[in-house]
Amino acid sequence: MSDGELKVSKIKNGTVIDHITAGMAPAVLKILGIEQGCHDTVIVAMNVRSQRLGLKDMVKVENRVLEAETVKKIAIVAPHATVNIIKDFAVVQKIPVELPQELIGIVRCSNRNCITNIERVTSYVVVESREPLRLRCHYCETLIEGPYASVLLL
Amino acid sequence: MVQGPKLDWRGKDIISIRDLSREHIEDVLYHAQQIRPDPNLLQGRVMASLFFEPSTRTQLSFATAMQRLGGRVIGFSGTESTSIAKGESLQDTVRTVEKYADIIVMRHPLEGSARLVADTVSIPVINAGDGANQHPTQTLMDLFTIKKFHNRLDDLKIGLVGDLKYGRTVHSLALAFTRFRKIQLRLISPPNLRMPPSVLQELTGIVSYSETDQLDLSDLDVVYVTRIQKERFPDIEEYEKVKGAYVITPKVCETLKPTAILLHPLPRVDEITPEVDTLPQAKYFEQVQNGVPVRMALLKLLLLGA
Ligand SMILES: Nc1ncnc2c1ncn2[C@@H]1O[C@H](COP(=O)(O)OP(=O)(O)O)[C@@H](O)[C@H]1O
Ligand SMILES: [Mg+2]
Ligand SMILES: [Zn+2]
Repeated sequence: MSDGELKVSKIKNGTVIDHITAGMAPAVLKILGIEQGCHDTVIVAMNVRSQRLGLKDMVKVENRVLEAETVKKIAIVAPHATVNIIKDFAVVQKIPVELPQELIGIVRCSNRNCITNIERVTSYVVVESREPLRLRCHYCETLIEGPYASVLLL
Repeated sequence: MVQGPKLDWRGKDIISIRDLSREHIEDVLYHAQQIRPDPNLLQGRVMASLFFEPSTRTQLSFATAMQRLGGRVIGFSGTESTSIAKGESLQDTVRTVEKYADIIVMRHPLEGSARLVADTVSIPVINAGDGANQHPTQTLMDLFTIKKFHNRLDDLKIGLVGDLKYGRTVHSLALAFTRFRKIQLRLISPPNLRMPPSVLQELTGIVSYSETDQLDLSDLDVVYVTRIQKERFPDIEEYEKVKGAYVITPKVCETLKPTAILLHPLPRVDEITPEVDTLPQAKYFEQVQNGVPVRMALLKLLLLGA
């Protein structure tokens, strides 16, 4: 990225989520809960060139530190994302997102007749395959294909 | 049948065929073949039979199995007279049951309910059907029957006929065969009732399968028939057109190998005509009887550990 561009998009403290799968920035914003009424600076870039991914999206949020749960959710929609922690304009930590083997309370089961959607039971979904993403409900064994997982995020 | 490696069944639940390795399956079938009624074996043990949804056959078969081994049965069938009717959660219900019983056998209309119960209680749990998901003891008795007549579970040509989309027994049986070698599955169904992609995906690369809408049974060792229900079709005409094409009649049976066996999870309606019942290949009544020894074996293994 050129210096000129960076100047526009510098934040002092916060988080830069880089290497987001192209087109998935809106899903990341949703996970971050960024909506009307939130006042911190948010910079979104979509379909920018990337050596690794061809095209990528990027989301920069000022004054925000991501919780572990949030990082797991981002890993579902953007498996190659990197979370950069920015302090005083500099990257102080770089964490590649990682999808854990088991997702507890992160994604709802897609099966309406699943016990977890009827009784008060925390969802529990097992990652069967990372790429392509395939999840399976620990309880009802329903297979959840990657593209659906993002609409089932809790 | 030869006894496999000695497995320790203590602490195990029977929730899904996905939990069972080839060794587990063979061990159950071995014990099912060996077991005889014995009023002392499980004397003093209590089985809680929790049928949140009634099912005559499965429930009676488990109760009989327990009683033949000297154990006692408590429980309910239907939830009208229980505290569940007052809104008690499934987890609270089974936490209470756990205090009174040594093992739980349950059927519930919601998928995933049996796994939830197994995770909640420390006594063993047997899933006798959780909605459309699993009914592993049905699959074990299907396998027991196949093994009994063919003396093997490898190297078989198996036809699954009828409603392969919604039929939980055929999904489960197909998955079970991923544990065995040289299996060829022929998936015979109307186009709108094909095996779901999610099941096919689990078979791919392990079991060879082909899909067809033709009732070609001539080279099969096992023919497993399921009912095609009216409700699965948008209109009655479509249903009438399709249904006749998958009915097993004596004429259809003329094409069967003499050693082939015809199975059906029952209740049968009109997908196998009554005249077929007396043919040598008809084994579905024997199949349902095998529910008792298979369930006796499971109760023994889970309660005694081996
Ligand atoms: N202060 C900042 N404000 C906004 N974005 C930043 C800041 N510092 C770095 N970035 C962006 O965060 C990402 C990671 O930064 P860096 O580690 O320097 O680059 P890279 O990962 O490309 O080697 C880059 O996309 C960079 O543009
Ligand atoms: Mg348990
Ligand atoms: Zn589920």
